Amino acid sequence: MTEATAERMVPRETPETREFWAGARRGELVLQRCGPCQRPYFFPRPTCPNCGSSDVRWEPMSGRAQLCSYIISHRPAPGYTPPYVIALVTLDEGPRMLSNLVDVDPSPEALALDMPLQVRFEWRGDTALPVFAPVEEVR
Amino acid sequence: MQPGSIAIAGAAETEELGRLPDRSAIELHAESARGALADCGLTTADIDGVASAGVPPIDVAHYIGVRPTWIDSTSVGGCSFLLHVRHAAAAIAAGMARTVLITHGESGRSRVGQPRYAPDPQSARGQFEAPYGLTGPPTAFTVPALRFMHERGVSHEQLAMVAVAQREWSSRVPRAKMRERITVADVLESPLVAYPFHLLECCLVTDGGGALVVTAADRAADLPGRPVYLLGSGEASEAPLVSQMADPTSFRGFRDASASAFEQARLGPDDVDHLMTYDAFAHVPLYALEDIGFVKPGEAGGFVADGNTMPGGRLPMNTNGGGLSYTHTGMYGMFAIQEAVRQLRGTAAAQTDDVNVSFVQGVGGMFMSAGSLILANRRP
Repeated sequence: MTEATAERMVPRETPETREFWAGARRGELVLQRCGPCQRPYFFPRPTCPNCGSSDVRWEPMSGRAQLCSYIISHRPAPGYTPPYVIALVTLDEGPRMLSNLVDVDPSPEALALDMPLQVRFEWRGDTALPVFAPVEEVR
Repeated sequence: MQPGSIAIAGAAETEELGRLPDRSAIELHAESARGALADCGLTTADIDGVASAGVPPIDVAHYIGVRPTWIDSTSVGGCSFLLHVRHAAAAIAAGMARTVLITHGESGRSRVGQPRYAPDPQSARGQFEAPYGLTGPPTAFTVPALRFMHERGVSHEQLAMVAVAQREWSSRVPRAKMRERITVADVLESPLVAYPFHLLECCLVTDGGGALVVTAADRAADLPGRPVYLLGSGEASEAPLVSQMADPTSFRGFRDASASAFEQARLGPDDVDHLMTYDAFAHVPLYALEDIGFVKPGEAGGFVADGNTMPGGRLPMNTNGGGLSYTHTGMYGMFAIQEAVRQLRGTAAAQTDDVNVSFVQGVGGMFMSAGSLILANRRP
């Protein structure tokens, strides 16, 4: 971290999302998978948005994802110094989520759509947020 | 509802738009209401239904002295007013209301008497989007655009052309805030706000308002002013989080709301002479053109770049200059309806020839909600 991130907004969990944030504090991206659909979904809630079933189980995801879309913000936000990347990432398991990209130059030249990403966790107070970094080239 | 059985009898915007620090948001509603009532020769005593978003309709009714027996506080972002027209039409057709006043007023720039918005850190958006440095629409509504451009083969120059085309219109509109004609180079050289979006590809932030009086077509015929008829309408929603669109390159709300409107009107895209579509950012009209079915997927960028939406083009679009050049108070949908009414009445500043059917497409939130109206200058 090269900047004071203390001002960054901290999410507040609800009873329905507690397990997601507990997982993040352990360094795991955990989502619910629906029994009947066999599909994980995001964001967490007690019933599957695809079929309405309550037969859902928490499960750790691989943390691997691809870059679906992004913007490079040139506007200051609390705790953020522009330019910084707001990304839409598609998890290998299917769901999409919004996040930041870290450990990458915030420039279009460095950001190819569909590039492989891996989850990291950024601490804010006693909360950890999933962020994503490009997968290191295998040497 | 029979196509053409309901009419917009009165329509007006605030006398001024832009920077109005001497008026609070509710007074912008009131001024708009006075204008729309005067436009159709009615008074507050004639109004039995009220609808608004932002400032609640009960506040507006009390402020201007209306005693409503039908109230719609549907507040789903910038397309709320299109939904109000649709709901008013249903209520009038069902005999639940006779004359509905729909108002909009927002002190978007001066923030006088303007409700503040801050995301709740426990909401879905507050937990899963806002913490990532989102500063509001410029860093949220824009997120899916690169994917759209990638999948549909839209170039940065074509995206810029949306802003260029609309400035061609606004250069003919004295009330428009931005009237100087611009080139693609001007757009691409303007400051980056959120790559790939430059300043000239982002909407204005202004103060202003507008209002409509909706009643039965048979009754509108007896009123002064020129009624505009509702042929069809639609409403739909997708996700309150832009990241949760099922497909980042297509907005279900646009598809579903427009399909309803066409079905009700018994018309299709080829029957439309004029299009007003929400343009908070330059990519939104491209989604709308494809999702409503005016062009096929992959054709919107070229369609705009080839001048089809410009003066003299096949499908005049956003003929007031849109949110990019005319005005954008925050909830722009009312202004899209107002321009469609002017074009159908033949009173627009940049009046186009042979406009009989106008399609108005609104969006609320960041690809969250949608409303569609099909309006005409005569009953079918």
